[in-house]
Amino acid sequence: MKFKTALLGAAAAFVLAPAAYAERGTDGEVKLTFPQAVSIMNPYLSGGTKDIYASSMVLEPLAGLTPEGVLVPKLVTEIPTKENGGISEDMTSITWKLLPDLKWSDGTAVTADDAVFTWQYCTDPAGGCSQATKYEGITSVEAVDASTIKVTFSGPKANPYTAFVSALAPILQKKQFEACLGAAAPTCTDANNMPVGTGPFMVTGFTVNDTVSMAANPNYRDPAKPAFATAVIKGGGDAEGSARVVMETGEFDYAWNTQIPPDTQASMTAAGKGQFVVAFGTLVERIEMNTTDPSPDLPEGERSTAKHPHPILSDIKVRTALSKAIDRSILVEVGYGAGGKPTCNVIPGPADWASANDGCLTQDMEGAKALLDEAGWTDTDGDGIRDKDGKPLNILYQTTVNPIRQDFQALIKDWWTELGVNVELKAIDPGVFFGGDPGSPDTFQKFYADVEMYANNSESPDPESYLGQYQCKNAPRPETQWQGENINRFCTPEYDALYATLATTTDIAARQDIAKKLNDMVTKDSMIVVPLVHRGTLSAHSNALGGVQINAWDSELWNVADWFRVK
Amino acid sequence: MTDTSAASKPSGPLRDVWVQFRSHKGAMFGLITLSILIVAVMIGPYLWVPEKLSVAQAIKLKNQGPSFRFPLGTDQLGRDMLARMLLAGRISLAVGLVAMGIAIVFGTLIGVLAGYFRRLDGPLMRLTDMFLALPLIPLLLVMVMLFRDRIAGIIGPELGAFTLIVFAIGITSWMATARIVRGEVLTLKEREYVLAARSIGARPNRIILRHILPNVISPVMVAATLGVAEAIITESVLSFLGLGFPPDFPTWGRLLYDGLQYMQVYPERVVWPGLAISLTVLSVNYIGDGLRDALDPRIRGR
Amino acid sequence: MLTFTLRRLLLAIPILLVISLVIFLLVDLAPGSPMSEIPLTVPPDVRQRMIEALGADQPVFVRYLLWLKQFFWVEPMTLVDGWFGTTFAAGEQRILSWQSRSPVFTIIGQRIPQTLTVVGTAYLVGILIAVPIGIYSAYRQYSVFDQAGTLFAMIGFSVPTFFSGTLFIIIFAVWLGWFPTKYDTTLVVTDWDSFVQRIRQMALPVMTLGLANAAAISRYMRSSMLDNMAMDYVRTARAKGMSERVVVLRHVLRNSLIPVVTVIALGIPSIFGGAIITENLFGVNGIGAALIGAIHANDIPMVQTLAFIFAVLIVLFNLIADIIYGLLDPRIRYD
Repeated sequence: MKFKTALLGAAAAFVLAPAAYAERGTDGEVKLTFPQAVSIMNPYLSGGTKDIYASSMVLEPLAGLTPEGVLVPKLVTEIPTKENGGISEDMTSITWKLLPDLKWSDGTAVTADDAVFTWQYCTDPAGGCSQATKYEGITSVEAVDASTIKVTFSGPKANPYTAFVSALAPILQKKQFEACLGAAAPTCTDANNMPVGTGPFMVTGFTVNDTVSMAANPNYRDPAKPAFATAVIKGGGDAEGSARVVMETGEFDYAWNTQIPPDTQASMTAAGKGQFVVAFGTLVERIEMNTTDPSPDLPEGERSTAKHPHPILSDIKVRTALSKAIDRSILVEVGYGAGGKPTCNVIPGPADWASANDGCLTQDMEGAKALLDEAGWTDTDGDGIRDKDGKPLNILYQTTVNPIRQDFQALIKDWWTELGVNVELKAIDPGVFFGGDPGSPDTFQKFYADVEMYANNSESPDPESYLGQYQCKNAPRPETQWQGENINRFCTPEYDALYATLATTTDIAARQDIAKKLNDMVTKDSMIVVPLVHRGTLSAHSNALGGVQINAWDSELWNVADWFRVK
Repeated sequence: MTDTSAASKPSGPLRDVWVQFRSHKGAMFGLITLSILIVAVMIGPYLWVPEKLSVAQAIKLKNQGPSFRFPLGTDQLGRDMLARMLLAGRISLAVGLVAMGIAIVFGTLIGVLAGYFRRLDGPLMRLTDMFLALPLIPLLLVMVMLFRDRIAGIIGPELGAFTLIVFAIGITSWMATARIVRGEVLTLKEREYVLAARSIGARPNRIILRHILPNVISPVMVAATLGVAEAIITESVLSFLGLGFPPDFPTWGRLLYDGLQYMQVYPERVVWPGLAISLTVLSVNYIGDGLRDALDPRIRGR
Repeated sequence: MLTFTLRRLLLAIPILLVISLVIFLLVDLAPGSPMSEIPLTVPPDVRQRMIEALGADQPVFVRYLLWLKQFFWVEPMTLVDGWFGTTFAAGEQRILSWQSRSPVFTIIGQRIPQTLTVVGTAYLVGILIAVPIGIYSAYRQYSVFDQAGTLFAMIGFSVPTFFSGTLFIIIFAVWLGWFPTKYDTTLVVTDWDSFVQRIRQMALPVMTLGLANAAAISRYMRSSMLDNMAMDYVRTARAKGMSERVVVLRHVLRNSLIPVVTVIALGIPSIFGGAIITENLFGVNGIGAALIGAIHANDIPMVQTLAFIFAVLIVLFNLIADIIYGLLDPRIRYD
């Protein structure tokens, strides 16, 4: 069946576009470059996007996601559903059927045992597996027979497509990783750098944080693919340099993550050697409002905790005014160009999950001023800065060091200054900001500022776990060593209650409805999160490289097997 | 030494130095350029006040070339580059000169002490080794983390950042000067005139001040020139790492760094800050040359 | 001289131990965590487990002692095992990078050759350019050549490498298309063509670094020459009727080289340290790029090991500089 489709596809390609026709390994070498170099080829030990994308050329999950966010079988015959009996009626188990005659690149057979082993590998408490959430709520993974995998959950699971789905959770070869369980995981250097996989390529050489060399996998399930005989991923440098080697000098075929200013994008495109492609997932650049008081006068341990509500930002009118003063279309024009869209949502996509919330898209400076007046913030002493009860309207606005974010800071400072707000800016090294070191005052979790700006996203089209962030219990505080995802310390019983129903709802339309409501609760209803820009990931590919289909829901290299050389 | 009339003038050796310095064309060029730069950044921001534009208006004027309205053009947010260059120059020049001063004074002091007093040589040079061996970026990260809030609390965020940066750059760039000065002193103290001075019972501090220091001036001057440039550049790296000034305070180094990604499309964005840094370094260098010649008694009066 | 050298070498051991402790505390105290590059979608409890798996939650002194043991016992023994097939270090944990889970010394071994060829060549090129410029500039002080040399030097070190490197890329790679911008580390020189390829890919980074090195060294050379030109012995030599060539090259040059040699020797550890920005810009996978990558990712074992090796080299080359000093200038006595 599969073979026939491939033949038909190949035949069609032959008729329609001769250039697209290729046998395995006839198109020479494909060269990719990443601004950050690949550190390790085992996604379970890294979690860094660069490593996950690189390993996706070698390791494969049972099923992946298309650019539309739809599941597509990779190592299995079909996607299990209730209809085809793959998912049990009570939604507590899911059964996958492996393709027949599936082989690892070393020629041995892929069996259900490999999947069982992968589950054991990632759930071993001493292993420090970065994708442990993918295997949460699973009580057992069994090999029913050599090609049947049954995953059983502890209760009804609304979204059972987490384990073994997408480039984040691929199958490892049991034979290779058997000695690497738990605490031994990091010591298996060879296995971690050169894993045996089922993907279109296999690793032939690996230099840490520099180059991955790959060759076509002789045992790949489609005998006509991949079209390239070898592949190279070179890492390092910066986004601009990566874009340049594809778009201007033509040294490379594909560059991932080439986030550069719109003007430079245009001038590079004009060179005519390649093009930029953009994929929109759920990445949203946003301003987070602190609902607690970050004042340095408070004793350490009480600063930015629920004990002291924020003296200014606790008032929804102030938060709304700050949001209204921002013109999001200018932000997009300056910072992202085609790589961004203005948004008012925390969940901007996929379309079925996004709330119809666009009230913030037009700037309303007068409305914002009126709101502040209403809230009692007026400029009584004539210094241009509003005040209330003798206290000026001061706001400390922090973000990471990043040219686009500094431009955003400058623009938003201008708007807020026009509003009569005194803004102090701060930029922090991203390693410190996102590092989460409880000893540092500058982490985004500690939030020793009034507002802060960064981007976050949901890793799957279904945003359940992403929305879980805003529950009361997830607020970072001293008792949790300042860990937690509820950066704003947002806390309402209604949100927590509605979120609890999301976890138990299995009907897809109902889930989407709840997700939209939750999205509105943190955005337009409360203005706790002020979304600014829905960001895409911008990549570049050479005009001589065909078959690229950028994907925001899975690895960007998800269809690398179909890539070919345009002649 | 041969010119006795110079010594007999009532105004003393300082005047001699000045006379000699003035006759040095390069030095005068350097002095004048540096003075112009300093004056420009001191009073420039008061003379050149850019028109007040709203964000929407400014964005329409982004990335413009030089014109009467914007003599140096505008940046990616439509801000006037001349105004930013002037403001940036204040910080950069101050950081460059002060940090260089700290590094030179400290480096020379350590170098002379280590070179002249054998007993101090070991400990001081091992200290130098240690500073050379410390990884710079973590050191700066730790210093900023420990002291930024405290200093900002005492003297305000802007001055606090300035003090911290100047100190951080100074404390991490004196080692080369110290090594070189020590090397020179080791040679100098075996010279005949120093031996002679010592044999007639001159005290160490007098020997150092009169005989040693004037003779180490030239390597120190070279180090100083390098130091200014390095301090200005280091500041830009610090800002880049988020350890420098708050992001709305431009500096030449930061303008250069920000302009980098626009270099191909709008080359003038990197030309202005680059030119300013180079001019500063060039003039400091010529002043150094002139000073060295003026302080050298063999050349003086020739 | 021999006793001096031996004494200094012995003294270096406690100093290096102190330095290693200071570096360790410094790197550890710096804010940031090895989890900073992990996407925000990974929840806090998983992060906590990852940190535990790295051993990063252990007290600082436990980790320091472990590192000392690994650095001074396990790693040398692993090397011995590799040579003689013994099993001294069997089962012992080597120093592993937190970022890549590979042994730190394997990574350093992979990277040293690139750094030495690229940064070393640039240093050599820099010296070869700088010394003649310095000599001639000083000999013809304030001539057109001297002024041009001064300008060259000033531009060389007032322009940061992140700027000159990008400029060279735009001119020589984008506009002229002469050289590649990314260094291909998998290239093996087997024949003439691959050798040419190696030279071409080295051209841009070597130019960038060579310019910066030449600028600084030529200034030291010129200033040192100028000092010596004014000395009495030069006048004496001229008065004796020696040719200018002999005076400048035999007498002045020899004495002027003393401080310059110190500067050159002191700069050698920085070759091993790599050139952080340049290596990163051109994709040369050297030590500098490794260090900055490790600092960004808060990879403490990697930073600590690199910083310590760097410290050893600095102490060593300072000693070498002192010895050269003694050899070149017989008036200096160390004992």
